[in-house]
Amino acid sequence: MPKKVAMTGNVAVANAMRQINPDVCAAYPITPSTEIMQQFSSFVADGLVNTNLVTVESEHSAMSACIGACAAGGRVMNATSANGLALMWEMLYIASGNRLPIVLSCVNRALSAPINIHGDHSDSMGARDSGWIQLYAENAQEAYDNTVQAPKIGEHPDVRLPVMSCMDGFIISHSIENMELLDDEQVKKFVGAYKSPVPVLLDTDHPVTVGPLDLQDYYMEHKKQQHEAIKKAKNVVIEVGKEFGKLSGRTYGLFENYKLKDAEVALVVLNSAAGTAKVIVDELRKKGVKAGLLKPRLFRPFPYLEVASALKNCSAICVMDRCDSFGAAGGPLFSEFRSALYDVPERPMMINKIYGLGGRDLGLDDIRKVFRELVTLAESGKVTKLYEYITVRE
Amino acid sequence: MSKQKGGPKGWKDLPIGGMITEAGNAATYNTGAWRSEKPIWIEENCIQCLFCWIYCPDSSVTTKDGKRAAFDYMHCKGCGVCAMECPSKVKAIVMVPEADGSAPDILDRAKAIAKKMADEKAAEKAAGKEAKDA
Repeated sequence: MPKKVAMTGNVAVANAMRQINPDVCAAYPITPSTEIMQQFSSFVADGLVNTNLVTVESEHSAMSACIGACAAGGRVMNATSANGLALMWEMLYIASGNRLPIVLSCVNRALSAPINIHGDHSDSMGARDSGWIQLYAENAQEAYDNTVQAPKIGEHPDVRLPVMSCMDGFIISHSIENMELLDDEQVKKFVGAYKSPVPVLLDTDHPVTVGPLDLQDYYMEHKKQQHEAIKKAKNVVIEVGKEFGKLSGRTYGLFENYKLKDAEVALVVLNSAAGTAKVIVDELRKKGVKAGLLKPRLFRPFPYLEVASALKNCSAICVMDRCDSFGAAGGPLFSEFRSALYDVPERPMMINKIYGLGGRDLGLDDIRKVFRELVTLAESGKVTKLYEYITVRE
Repeated sequence: MSKQKGGPKGWKDLPIGGMITEAGNAATYNTGAWRSEKPIWIEENCIQCLFCWIYCPDSSVTTKDGKRAAFDYMHCKGCGVCAMECPSKVKAIVMVPEADGSAPDILDRAKAIAKKMADEKAAEKAAGKEAKDA
């Protein structure tokens, strides 16, 4: 029987890792993800897992160790945040290019400078083109559930790609929430034993070279393979989400539709802020405003057809970005969603708000204001500000 | 680029991620195509020191019965280390432009280059001696 517990997001993810019992983890601490590996290292010390925990001297080395261990045939997991992820950058592409299904918990935090340790999405959004599958979680429960599903998604023979499972730093990673842990045995059975479908380095009877030079005559074919593999991940995410639903009662898809079906005005908002926004959606619904919300879960691959179909009947949409894409016409979520809706015959009006950078609070009133603007926009039919910062002092 | 019959495989047929599943297949890779200069061996100048065999970074100097044999031009990248290290008074290895490398008279041209190099060196030495004597 699953049990109700009170846990921080970090401890929940560490417990998912304990239940998965990966072969190798590499650890280098960075706030706010440190607690995951700190907790997990105690599981290792207590003999609750058989994991070989490699303590390394940097995140670049951490991802390198994961790449080596995964190429050797192991199931491999890791955790990081912000500048730690930035230092892994080179290796992120090597992990995905070599088609190694590593699972990384990214506890979202702002990138320096100035130094800030709090929740924002600059880190994982910057890595959106690195060839990793990206899952996002609203709360500790979803972070735990996504972590349990991640190995099954990445290791699927049609996919063979690394998975980044993201949650908001501090807001989720360090807040204690009531949630449900599955039984150890249930998770073990769900995830299954890992056996690589392609030859691995430790299989000395079938020697292979991993990561060789690949010039003009082959590189593009290998990128095409990767291109097709990440597209296939979409259906695998749906399948695994359904299977997880049978086990836990919590079925997952590509994104969450919250009162979106007949919505005239809608928000697109990622991670923890979606929880706050739902309160305002409920409040507006009571007042007769047809408000709705779309909370993305799978950002890479981006399910552009499905989100366009879910949002096509809205009049006005605001995409909320907890990350700037400096010099672009709005944040990264906005660019994707606006592009996805381009082919809709009567496309909704769309605006973008950049909020919550460096952990800046997004209050109920801030969301009320955004909805008010959307209602005005729907009536006037004219976009005056395409994208702007909110919750910022002038 | 469409897949050609007998040509390189298409993306659906290649091992994922550029993985190489055949051991030792570097032997079949024609790295000789990278050359811009080609080493020519002049057997009559060779003193059989085998320095070229020792120094060649690509094992492209072959031997037979302990003696210097032909270059392995399929793998020689034309780095020129062999020609540089050749200690013969008249060089037994000289570098020629790759475009001229297959000319029918290339050996004679190589011999002429070797002789010219030796003559220039001798002249330099003589000049140095004169300067010292003066």
